[in-house]
Amino acid sequence: MKKYVKDLKVKAVEFPHEWYVLLKLTDEEPLPESVPGQFVEVKVEGSPRTFLRRPISINYVDREKNELWLLIKKVGEGTHKLAELKVGDTLNVVFPLGNGFSPVQKQGEKVLLVGGGVGVAPLLDYGKFLKERGAEPVFLLGARSKSDLLEQELFNAIAPVYVTTEDGSEGEKGFVTQHTVLNKEKFDRISVCGPKPMMVSVARYAKATNTPCEVSLENMMACGLGACLCCVEKTVKGNVCVCKEGPVFDINDLTWKV
Amino acid sequence: MADLRTKIAGFTMKNPVMTASGTFGYGVEFADFVNLEDIGGIIVKGTTLHPREGNDYPRMVETASGMLNCVGLQNKGVDYFCEHIYPEIKDIKTNMIVNVSGSSPEDYAECAAKVNGLEGIPAIELNISCPNVKQGGMAFGVTTEGAAAVVKAVREVYDKTLIVKLSPNVTSIADIALAVQDAGADAVSLINTLMGMVIDIEKRKPVLSIATGGMSGPAVKPVAVRCVWQVAKAVSIPVVGLGGIMNAHDAIEFFLAGASAIEIGTANFIDPAVTVKVVQGINNWLDAHGCQSVSEIVGQVNA
Repeated sequence: MKKYVKDLKVKAVEFPHEWYVLLKLTDEEPLPESVPGQFVEVKVEGSPRTFLRRPISINYVDREKNELWLLIKKVGEGTHKLAELKVGDTLNVVFPLGNGFSPVQKQGEKVLLVGGGVGVAPLLDYGKFLKERGAEPVFLLGARSKSDLLEQELFNAIAPVYVTTEDGSEGEKGFVTQHTVLNKEKFDRISVCGPKPMMVSVARYAKATNTPCEVSLENMMACGLGACLCCVEKTVKGNVCVCKEGPVFDINDLTWKV
Repeated sequence: MADLRTKIAGFTMKNPVMTASGTFGYGVEFADFVNLEDIGGIIVKGTTLHPREGNDYPRMVETASGMLNCVGLQNKGVDYFCEHIYPEIKDIKTNMIVNVSGSSPEDYAECAAKVNGLEGIPAIELNISCPNVKQGGMAFGVTTEGAAAVVKAVREVYDKTLIVKLSPNVTSIADIALAVQDAGADAVSLINTLMGMVIDIEKRKPVLSIATGGMSGPAVKPVAVRCVWQVAKAVSIPVVGLGGIMNAHDAIEFFLAGASAIEIGTANFIDPAVTVKVVQGINNWLDAHGCQSVSEIVGQVNA
């Protein structure tokens, strides 16, 4: 898939929660082809201590409106600066990068999409992709509390959504791996994006139930193109670049203790 | 249009812009962003006699105006390079140059000898300055005797252009440059990364897996310009300058300090098309200043 470096225009800036910003970007030309689970590297202007680009997963691509959405958690100086962007500003983006989630394996397959925190971002695009191609996605989304559950109405419009919150303010109380749906239903496969401890426990559940499982990693990156070999993850094939061979890996290819 | 052609010992480039090893993969990773043939030379990822897994993650940390890495020469070894990678890159119409590293003079030489037989690879860059491997690497580059021993061993088996990449983590880089010149190097390139360290104050632990790493990016540029200036005055062989070059302005500084060509490294991570922009920018600067060629400004700093 061809990669581009482009100045995209900021079409909308939304704040779903104090920790997050949603940037909707557009371009005069049709946005390049991409698959769910791929990511972009954005250049942060006006932040002197932010030297490298920031890798951000693609939240959603709206082909009709020619929009690319980035749902960003404000973590450090770079991401805080991104939250200051205004409508009409430009953002320099290198994309689309990485492999992305698996295509549909068979019609009607039931795919559990597990997201935690800002890790829900790429699952919106993936859920829509699966639904449109005849699979049956089911979302299981975790957050600390009701107020930082992200894009709920959008997930709900695609497929059934199960929720856990750590404080019990929405859905079931606890972590995603404690949700009762995991005991009630059986899934053909699982895709996960979120904090590493969460992905490890979902991977354990997957192993225990003999369910194929892929996880999306977010190791620290520099180039995003597989050139610098900084973001490596240990796999059964040795150290490989998360930016190029990933970010999505089958858990059987990783060396996690699950 | 100024004359950008640049000769480094036995090979000629259409312009003086090269890519620094470890920052541009094998070139093909950047083919969507630049026409690779518009770059003067592409120095591919460090290659060793045997495959290396490199250091554990985390291997990279950002710092103000730069970054540190401790990749540790991860590569699949020279035999894999010759059989699988070389066929993919040999027809790219630019100077494809292999960066060679090792842990003893003998394995540097054995690795170089294997590359010597590859048609279309006009030069190697000998890395005696990697700060991220326990054995070899920088260990050879920090003494005049160590540097000369590696260069002598390689010179015996390698007949094409031999560029030696120098470490700034030394007392006198000019002394090391003279030693490798005397040992048979055709050119020197400098600087490799500066050794640095970043600490996570909450964990009270170094961020990088091996504690230290090599610092690169615009933060190191003044150190690099100083090193190029000192070395260019000391040696008679061509000097290739690198260290924090982000744009044509930075490149011109290196030419004035005495570099005949330059390498672009970390900047490739910020703008994957930076190389061809620097080529254009150098040409524009030369035209605007009434210069006929890039070679006429080499070493022309009034100091």
